[in-house]
Amino acid sequence: MKILACVKQVPGTNRVEIDPVTGVLKRDGVSSKLNPYDLYSLETGFQLAEQYGGEVYTLTMGPDQAKTAIRETLAMGASGGTVISDRRFAGADVLATSYTLAQGVKRAGEFDLILCGKQTTDGDTAQVGPELAEHLGIPHVTNVLEVRPAKREEDGDMQQKEQDARVSGTEGASGADEKGPDGAGNGPGAGRRLWVRALRDGLIVEQLVTTPCLLCMEDGVNTPRLPSFRRQKAITEEQIGVMNLDDMEDRNEKAYGLSGSPTQVVRMFPPQKRDGKELWNGTEEESAERIFELLRERKMI
Amino acid sequence: MYHNIEERDIRALRDIAPGRVLAGAEIGGDYGHDELGGISRMPDVLVKVLTTEEVSAVMAYAYANDIPVTVRGAGTGLVGGCIAVEGGILLETTAMNRILELDEDNLTLTVQPGVLLMDLAAYVEERDYFYPPDPGEKTATIGGNISTNAGGMRAVKYGVTRDYVRGLTVVLPDGGIVKLGGKVVKNSSGYALKDLMIGSEGTLGVITEAILKLLPLPALSVSLLAPFETMESAIEAVPAIIRSKAVPTAIEYLSRETILFAEEYLGKQFPDKSSDAYLLLTVDGSSRAAVDGETESLAELCLSLGAKDVYIVDTEERKSSVWTARGAFLEAIKASTTEMDECDVVVPRSRVAEFIRYTKQVAEETGLRLPGFGHAGDGNLHIYLCRDELEKEEFEARLAKAFDLLYGRAAGMGGLVSGEHGIGWAKKGYLARQSGDRLIGLMSGIKTVFDPKNILNPGKVCR
Repeated sequence: MKILACVKQVPGTNRVEIDPVTGVLKRDGVSSKLNPYDLYSLETGFQLAEQYGGEVYTLTMGPDQAKTAIRETLAMGASGGTVISDRRFAGADVLATSYTLAQGVKRAGEFDLILCGKQTTDGDTAQVGPELAEHLGIPHVTNVLEVRPAKREEDGDMQQKEQDARVSGTEGASGADEKGPDGAGNGPGAGRRLWVRALRDGLIVEQLVTTPCLLCMEDGVNTPRLPSFRRQKAITEEQIGVMNLDDMEDRNEKAYGLSGSPTQVVRMFPPQKRDGKELWNGTEEESAERIFELLRERKMI
Repeated sequence: MYHNIEERDIRALRDIAPGRVLAGAEIGGDYGHDELGGISRMPDVLVKVLTTEEVSAVMAYAYANDIPVTVRGAGTGLVGGCIAVEGGILLETTAMNRILELDEDNLTLTVQPGVLLMDLAAYVEERDYFYPPDPGEKTATIGGNISTNAGGMRAVKYGVTRDYVRGLTVVLPDGGIVKLGGKVVKNSSGYALKDLMIGSEGTLGVITEAILKLLPLPALSVSLLAPFETMESAIEAVPAIIRSKAVPTAIEYLSRETILFAEEYLGKQFPDKSSDAYLLLTVDGSSRAAVDGETESLAELCLSLGAKDVYIVDTEERKSSVWTARGAFLEAIKASTTEMDECDVVVPRSRVAEFIRYTKQVAEETGLRLPGFGHAGDGNLHIYLCRDELEKEEFEARLAKAFDLLYGRAAGMGGLVSGEHGIGWAKKGYLARQSGDRLIGLMSGIKTVFDPKNILNPGKVCR
């Protein structure tokens, strides 16, 4: 399986300040790190590649220093990575960012699976992953807890049910069936199916999804591996690709950066805290009973 | 002989600490034991004190009436130090939990004894200061830390609790209040009574206020997790690391077995468990360049000493995935067995590998399971003697034999009975045996000078 994990460099601490005048995140002088949510999707990719064969590549968009993020993914186990970097991409909102990433993905090669984190710790929109899938015209699933190649019987079931349901534009579905679940040799876009367990509106959903597809991994689904010093030492410059606007299929500047961004941030402010604190005195039993009643009343349980 | 608590004593104590005195059956069962529970005995009366003056009044009353008094912080000790083995009054300090003053001109923090270590650390770090002692038990009180001279996981570079106590306010057994040390950096003024009080496990006086020394908070720290093929190769790397003149804050030894216990206990996966043995090192410093330089040379050194790889633990999330497990080792091992005792022995750092090897031998000889972990960088090992399915009597017999062997070998290496948990009740016999009559005589004499009636934490350390 050829896997692409999209990552982002974010501020290195959780104590980031917002400029009260401009409403923009103060990034100057703050160390950076890989978006913690991306670590779970990276780990998912590494585990899939280890178990079923394949390789993980990574992609990021950002200033030149975003190379550090790619180097870190290489130290964790990625085979190669690409930085999309161009001053003309600056000021991108989620739409322009996902469009830029989609353009980059098209140039980076063909992948069976694209993995994203749930969201980033600095933007917190959780929109870039799904939008990227839309730009690429591939299916996506968010809040994914678990993923593996579909077993033959699961795939058969699904085919039965779907009868002549549409197969997402590729023709390889039956070919994938014959190769079975361990079909690591399937080329990109082979139309194989993945079994996915995901959270949706408070329910756990199990479903099959046809590759190529994009999955946004839920927070905490695994323990991400640590970067290896040995791997870090072995990184070569050839493993890190760099792309700019001139490398893209769509070279219309207007589609990127600030000019490609319809979003306008009117104001940024910290959310208001609710001060509805109550202090209860009583025995453990009484308090337990009361809290149970309250939770039931508010339909929390 | 001690006086047995009567109704009038309880009334007198209620006058001193109104609303904060519990007696007899009102006292919760947890006050009868500590974290390890090797000894249990309920106090007759529990007094939750709030001020130095209250402590003084309680002590004066107890002294006049021959009532034994035992001081208790959060009760996280492991050697029975806070157990009222003679009954009497248990003086709880956890409500004295105020941070009194941050003195930025003298870089000191003045605290009451009941402040929890985790609250203290959070308070100073928010203000870009640093209190280096870092014992695994973060819910311990600072008073308890001072009383045992707790060490922790930064001792290699920064030393132990004693190195960070500048001054103490102490209530003596007869109720007298004295101040030892102060905000001064240097002190050659007579006997070092402050240092004597630190580590005296509540037998010489009651600490009611402490002035702690702070450092500027290092800008960043990075840990390295180095997997090794075997325990020997991991531990044998430690002296070479120390010789290299690198100054990590910590060099911790982790075995796969203990990591698996922690995973089960926490319900969380450790980031790597492909190897039998690991060293966990931490480097801190004031600049990215300095820390990167030092981590790189340490990582290279580990590789040259046989590490299979070196993993980089550099973000809050990564540190939490590794250090949460490390912090849970004691509880995790405890959860893996029916009952256990512990050996907190300390040996010269050069002998750590030899001692751990010997531990395996003792496990075989006694048939006891002896999981452990250790501050490999400072020679302090924590070995747990697990009862598992053994009959009580059989366990105790094997326990005695294992302790004899372990402490005997440690003494032969120039080691000592306790690195950081103290002697309390549980390790008295081993301290006496190793120290000999002359030293125990000196300690006992000191005890008599401070506490001629032997009412303060009787039956502990040297008595």
